[in-house]
Amino acid sequence: MKEKKVNSNQLLMTILKGRTFIVLIILIVFFSIVKSNFLSASTLTMVAKHVALYGILGLGMTFVITTGGIDLSVGSVVGLIGMLAGGLIQEGLTLSFAGVTLYFSIPVIVILMLITGCLIGAVNGLIVTKLNVAPFIATLGTMYICRGFANLRSGGATFSNISGNEGLGNTGFKILGSNLAGIPTGVYVFAVLAVIGAILLRKVDFGWHVLAVGGNEKSARLSGIKADRVKILVYMISGFCAAWVGMINTAQLSAAHPASGDGWEMNAIAATVLGGTSMAGGSGTIIGTVVGAFVIGVINDGMTMCGVSEFWQKVIRGCVIILAVVIDQTQRNLQAKMALQARNENK
Amino acid sequence: MFDNSDVVLHCEKIDKIYPGTKALDGVSFDLLKKKVNVLIGENGAGKSTLMKMIAGIEQPSAGKMYMDGEEVYFKDTNAARAKGIGIIHQELSLFPNMTVYQNIFMGHEKKKGIFLDDKAHLEGAKKILARLEHEISPDTLVGDLRVGQQQMIEIARNLIQDDLRVLIMDEPTSSLSAAEVKVLFKIMRELLEEGISIVYISHRLEEIMEIGDHVTILRDGKYVADADVKDINLSWIVENMVGKNTQYHRFERSIDLAKAEKVLEIKDLSLPKKGGGWLLDNVNMYLKKGEVLGIYGLLGAGRSELFECIMGMHPEHSGEVVFKGKTMKIRSISGQIEDGFALVPEDRQMQGLIQSLDICKNASIASMRKYRSGIFLNNKKEEAAVDAQIEELHIKVSDKHLPILSLSGGNQQKVVISKGLMTQPTVLLLDEPSRGIDIGAKTEVFEIIHELSEKGLSIIVISSELKEIMAIADRIYVLSNGKCTAELAENEINEDTLVRASYAGLGTGAGA
Repeated sequence: MKEKKVNSNQLLMTILKGRTFIVLIILIVFFSIVKSNFLSASTLTMVAKHVALYGILGLGMTFVITTGGIDLSVGSVVGLIGMLAGGLIQEGLTLSFAGVTLYFSIPVIVILMLITGCLIGAVNGLIVTKLNVAPFIATLGTMYICRGFANLRSGGATFSNISGNEGLGNTGFKILGSNLAGIPTGVYVFAVLAVIGAILLRKVDFGWHVLAVGGNEKSARLSGIKADRVKILVYMISGFCAAWVGMINTAQLSAAHPASGDGWEMNAIAATVLGGTSMAGGSGTIIGTVVGAFVIGVINDGMTMCGVSEFWQKVIRGCVIILAVVIDQTQRNLQAKMALQARNENK
Repeated sequence: MFDNSDVVLHCEKIDKIYPGTKALDGVSFDLLKKKVNVLIGENGAGKSTLMKMIAGIEQPSAGKMYMDGEEVYFKDTNAARAKGIGIIHQELSLFPNMTVYQNIFMGHEKKKGIFLDDKAHLEGAKKILARLEHEISPDTLVGDLRVGQQQMIEIARNLIQDDLRVLIMDEPTSSLSAAEVKVLFKIMRELLEEGISIVYISHRLEEIMEIGDHVTILRDGKYVADADVKDINLSWIVENMVGKNTQYHRFERSIDLAKAEKVLEIKDLSLPKKGGGWLLDNVNMYLKKGEVLGIYGLLGAGRSELFECIMGMHPEHSGEVVFKGKTMKIRSISGQIEDGFALVPEDRQMQGLIQSLDICKNASIASMRKYRSGIFLNNKKEEAAVDAQIEELHIKVSDKHLPILSLSGGNQQKVVISKGLMTQPTVLLLDEPSRGIDIGAKTEVFEIIHELSEKGLSIIVISSELKEIMAIADRIYVLSNGKCTAELAENEINEDTLVRASYAGLGTGAGA
């Protein structure tokens, strides 16, 4: 009798642990029944393209949220990086004192943009740690600042038809937005970054330190962990990820618009939370975030394909997020209960 | 410059100044090699502060430290660790969200190339836990462990350091059971043999006499005395610690308790433990008007759970609670407060106070409804009531609108007691009222308990300190493993009967 109960708890636990994945499968099955062309190559490519964008942002967000912080600036960084990259390709960098305009090759631009993303992240991290500003406020501030600069870059105008010029040797940016062997480049980037992220979080000491700072910052400091450095680094990772998304998005559209990425930080946070990362910090997994990003992507595109109005989509997305967190709590409670049981049996 | 082969570390005239207070004032201290160096002093005497300097957590405002004849300066904990100094903190500093082995190796990760070597971590953790006689699975989450087990993890973290020379233990036994303390002492002796020097801070004076080699006493941030343990006794320690020879004296009662009526009766109270077993197992007891009833027992005996049942925190309990002749229907905490119960909880910081509120609000929060005019709070009524309490309990407050944390531990505790009293209870429940406060404040709290009982308030006090409970209680129930194993009054109350009864409920082999 008792044995049975333990087993049923364990079964429930397995289901709860894999819930996001189960939800993902249910969603895919559901949409493929409702919309027969949902499982077509073209639809899946489109979904994957979107998932990669939210997913890459979610990877960075996972690190930040695991330390107990939050990064609201990523959506604006996407917009700013897009404008900077688009501008560099189309207008080059004019050094008025020397009277020259420099055009960089695409690899150089990519590296410059990634550095810029890291620097913005470093600024976030420094404001949070050295100036002791709450992460929500610090990144809310940089969110506005980055959006402002994105608009200032072109006076609010769009860089369209970003293709580069053979003569200047800066073509090839569109590779980031096209398909390789039928799969969007962004998906490859997402996959590589996810693997690196998972290794960082689980296999090297930096990951332990991230979990430790999120779990108990004071203890982490007392254990000799440089908590400030860990925090600055996670914001830099987040900025790095946002820079990738900014470039991929621009390449996909062949255009840079200053309003791009508006509100994407919320998709990233949603993917992270759906993936089981606790907003309180101290627990998070990369694989969870990856699955979470797929859930968000499938819901968004599936609903659009089914003709659900934009307004209802928002309502449904909101419900899904709340439900996810409620289930998360249930799992935690059950886990605590099972631990108690196990302890009792050991007695 | 300074060289003495018997001294591992020498502190020379250390000052530590915090805004407004001088926590350490010219303290010199020799940390003796291969000895248990005991630091004693009341709360706020500067023991922990001195240890923080040695462990590199904080830096002295003035003064110098020497190791091996050379001056050392620890700018952070890593610098101190590099010199072989480890510390077990007074408050647990673990990561509940992480596993046992992650906690043990945090900050000292073993690596293969750039990757973590989890195999080495698991093996290392197993080895160290076996040595501590706590075979906890290394991949258990620390948050799922009992407090005593967590304390062992805290100790294990320091033992993995190969070049450990000095181990500082700041009240390591405060949450350990008697069996666990035994294991700890055994390990301490092994460490001494390995050439490690130990600094030991504890409020349990009996323990110090058992394990200590050399005692140093601090008072108000200043050095008072030091001596070898073999040359001294308890009263010497207490005398130097408080500056005068205080012993708890038993209070004389003017009320004839034999004739007093029963206020509260508890019949067959049981509380199931989650997942089987009992936290409280058919407990029967009664409380008379004006009586001070003591509840003695080891950690985990079910003492706090008894209070929690009475306060309505465990609606799942069975049995009867008869209050003023009527069986109570216990529904909610607020209902119990209204009916005349007040609880001063065990953990002052977590359960007793709201740190963000000022002194006045902390006192009045449970009885806020009484100070209303219409729907608005009447500040005058509220403040008058708080002032009356401050006066009655002699709380040392310069301004009642200061933050609650500006008070000393003893005065904070008095504020928590005030909060209970302001609800005008018939029965006051005090859970470890003297925990974490110095001896002077303890005596004052006991006087308050006595005065209140003389005025007719019925009080139940939980304490795990023998001397304390023997001094204040008129009658004592002993709980052991959820069972009530003894009821003692007057001449029956002595250390021997109390200790025996506190083990009586434990089955054979279930000690830990």
